[in-house]
Amino acid sequence: MLSYVGRRLLQLIPVLLGMVFIVFMMVRAIPGNPAQVILGQQASPEAIAAMNARLGLDQPWFIQFFKYLGGILQGDLGESMRTRLPVAEEIWPHLAATMELAFFAMIIAIIVGVNAGIVSAWFQNSWFDYIAMILALVGVSMPIFWLGLLGQWAFAIEFSWLPTAGREQVRDPVHAITHLYIIDTIIQGRFDQLFQVLRHLILPGIALATIPMAIIARMTRSSMLEVMRSDYIRTARAKGQKMFWVVYKHAFKNAVIPVLTVIGLQMGMLLGGAILTETIFAWPGIGRYIYDAINFRDYPVIQSAILIVAFIFVMINLIVDLLYSLIDSRIKYD
Amino acid sequence: MNKKRMWSAALLLLLVLSTVLAACGGNGSSGSTKDTLVFGRGGDSTSLDPSRVTEGETFKVTVNLYETLLNFGEQDTTIQPGLAKEWNTDDGLTYTFKLQEGVKFHDGTDFNSEAVVKNFERWANGDADKFPYYKSMFGGFKDDEEHVIESVTADGDHTVIIKLKRPQAPFLKNIAMSMFAIASPTAFEKGDDQFERNPVGTGPFKFVEWKANDSITIEKFDEYWQKGLPKLDKVIFRSYPDNSARLNALIAGEIDLADGINPADGEKIEGNADLQLIERPSMNVGYLGLTVTRPPFDKKEVRQAMNYAIDKKTIIESFFEGRANSAKNPMPPSISGYNDDIEEYEYNPEKAKELLAKAGYPDGFEMELWAMPVPRPYMPDGAKVAEVIQSNLAEIGVKAKIVSFEWPTYLDKASKGEADAFMLGWTGDNGDADNFLYVLLDEDNIGSNNYTYFKNDEMHNLFIDAQTEVDEDKRIELYKKAQEIIHEEAPWVPLAHSTPLLAATKDLTGFVPHPTGSDLLSNVEFK
Repeated sequence: MLSYVGRRLLQLIPVLLGMVFIVFMMVRAIPGNPAQVILGQQASPEAIAAMNARLGLDQPWFIQFFKYLGGILQGDLGESMRTRLPVAEEIWPHLAATMELAFFAMIIAIIVGVNAGIVSAWFQNSWFDYIAMILALVGVSMPIFWLGLLGQWAFAIEFSWLPTAGREQVRDPVHAITHLYIIDTIIQGRFDQLFQVLRHLILPGIALATIPMAIIARMTRSSMLEVMRSDYIRTARAKGQKMFWVVYKHAFKNAVIPVLTVIGLQMGMLLGGAILTETIFAWPGIGRYIYDAINFRDYPVIQSAILIVAFIFVMINLIVDLLYSLIDSRIKYD
Repeated sequence: MNKKRMWSAALLLLLVLSTVLAACGGNGSSGSTKDTLVFGRGGDSTSLDPSRVTEGETFKVTVNLYETLLNFGEQDTTIQPGLAKEWNTDDGLTYTFKLQEGVKFHDGTDFNSEAVVKNFERWANGDADKFPYYKSMFGGFKDDEEHVIESVTADGDHTVIIKLKRPQAPFLKNIAMSMFAIASPTAFEKGDDQFERNPVGTGPFKFVEWKANDSITIEKFDEYWQKGLPKLDKVIFRSYPDNSARLNALIAGEIDLADGINPADGEKIEGNADLQLIERPSMNVGYLGLTVTRPPFDKKEVRQAMNYAIDKKTIIESFFEGRANSAKNPMPPSISGYNDDIEEYEYNPEKAKELLAKAGYPDGFEMELWAMPVPRPYMPDGAKVAEVIQSNLAEIGVKAKIVSFEWPTYLDKASKGEADAFMLGWTGDNGDADNFLYVLLDEDNIGSNNYTYFKNDEMHNLFIDAQTEVDEDKRIELYKKAQEIIHEEAPWVPLAHSTPLLAATKDLTGFVPHPTGSDLLSNVEFK
């Protein structure tokens, strides 16, 4: 097991190195000069030249690349060209905001998606099955932009149940310690604020959960249908076991592997940030951070933020692979 | 069957439960005391040291944290007293500023002539990378030949003397710009990078907290020198990148004031009894630039034909919802030096066709029309405006293909002269004619802000003379003459001077939007 993990981590090195190189070349391939964009239309050519010199953008690309690579190997992710802050310092609040939202959305997606899938498979071709699968189809094809604004209009404006946007009540801001506001409010014993933070998570959480929820539901259903046809299920039923336990214990345990794979992939994607959801709900997450960086051609931020997101993605998939062996003892990694 | 019913019941219960849970939250904004203003805007600031950036979202905050020696008028760019209560000059070379007394920075440091000198020294000792605007406004840095400022010296505690190497007409307007705000020397001497995140000025509000991409909080400075101000206890600037979502937050009562309102939403706000629509005085221009180095736009007749062909009235009514004035000059009428005698090119396709024929294109030609990919106050919907222009041009036989790029690419390619015709605009920095005409159309700015590559020797000389002409009347004449040349040569189709919109809750008073986009909030309160 350990040696497997070690091997997987070693394999990560060429993957990440390749990533660094590809992203480095890609951001330079797109037209647009960072200094010009960051300084804006108002800037004089001298100011742009001076900024290029400070940022080392006047040097050949391979010198820039090896400087950046050298920095990364020493744990230095570079400095934002625009805000002049170290990326390592700047990225965490954004990453934390995205993590909080992604976990919340994933919990919704798993609870609703898995159950909808199981029940659909259990009562295959029933009205529930049809409606759930139609909803799942609608879910994957739903434009988040539209869903988000509609949700704001309905739940925040018409009914005034939920806040429209943001992570916290604006007039009573959370004092950030870890930048994971659920944890911060609990540490500080501010349960009133915790309640507000949870309320702020609901609309963007549901908007973000829609697509993974639909994918998980469909995957669970098809995986369950396959398992439900197996002999041992018939045996369990013949033994007179309660159907509920047959489905949730015996069948689901064997159907869960492909579902877990999908959950892992979706989680990785959610942690990469969701620009549309973050934009509509004014969520200061990693997606907007990277998007803004691209708009300003803030090379170090784009490079390092994508590197971190890619790293998280790979790690989550590694964790999912390890979970397989926990769930199914037939899967061994040595 | 029973189980099915059980499941349905369970699902229903879950739905009801979640609804109840959500409902018991109540309305987030109720019960808030109204001494805090939440200002919703499109983006975050990049720095809180105004001298180091060129970007408006920063100035929106810093204008409330710092003060300048001179101020602009409440809703115009006339020169008013600021940290300097009086000023005078005899020859346009030596300026004497008498400072306000008893003013303190937020950190307790005294504001005096020494502090002013240190601020000017800090800028002059910098470089274009550090203080990008200083170079644009004052010609250069300490050792540069072009640097306009000869010396800044203290004469006693409350008098500052600034000597110039040569007269600079917009000098006082430059001094009044938000980026030349006087900061506490104690604070910036600790290091520029530290200072950017911990701003210290003399303004009505002091800095509290900054959550990146989320919010900036500032609160009342109790020892502010203007008694009775500010009226609010706290201001929170919050970023809502999406215009519709920002308006939703305003309607829901989560914010009190929102900028960047879509012209299309104006009527909806006027029809809402809880809200008020606020118009920002216009100091911008949206235009269609014609790259004069690219045929057939190298011919004056073709450029004039474009001016006759485009139906500005329809564009303004449809996409600015009428909240704009049709433009005939490259700068708005509020700017001193505006030439109102210029006769606007009317919408006249016949005349346009005649001119095309005269230029040798009786059957028209094919061209690329670049549509702005981002909404700006001077161009709320580039793609749709481009479609109108396209159909206008089709009437005179010109086949325009609409192209668009992502914004940085668009600017980059346009500045290299790769566009036939492109949409762009400009919002003024200091309300001076030089800041529009010279910056956007002079040969010195080809490759930066003169995207059309237009060049005219006579006009260039007028601009250079105007920069050092201290007699305001003579200066106005120079700019009027320049506008005649621009009108005749037609490197642009000036489209509109728009009125940017804001919206606020009905009980908000004392908010006076400034044409520069940086709004002082010290008089704002809730009824």
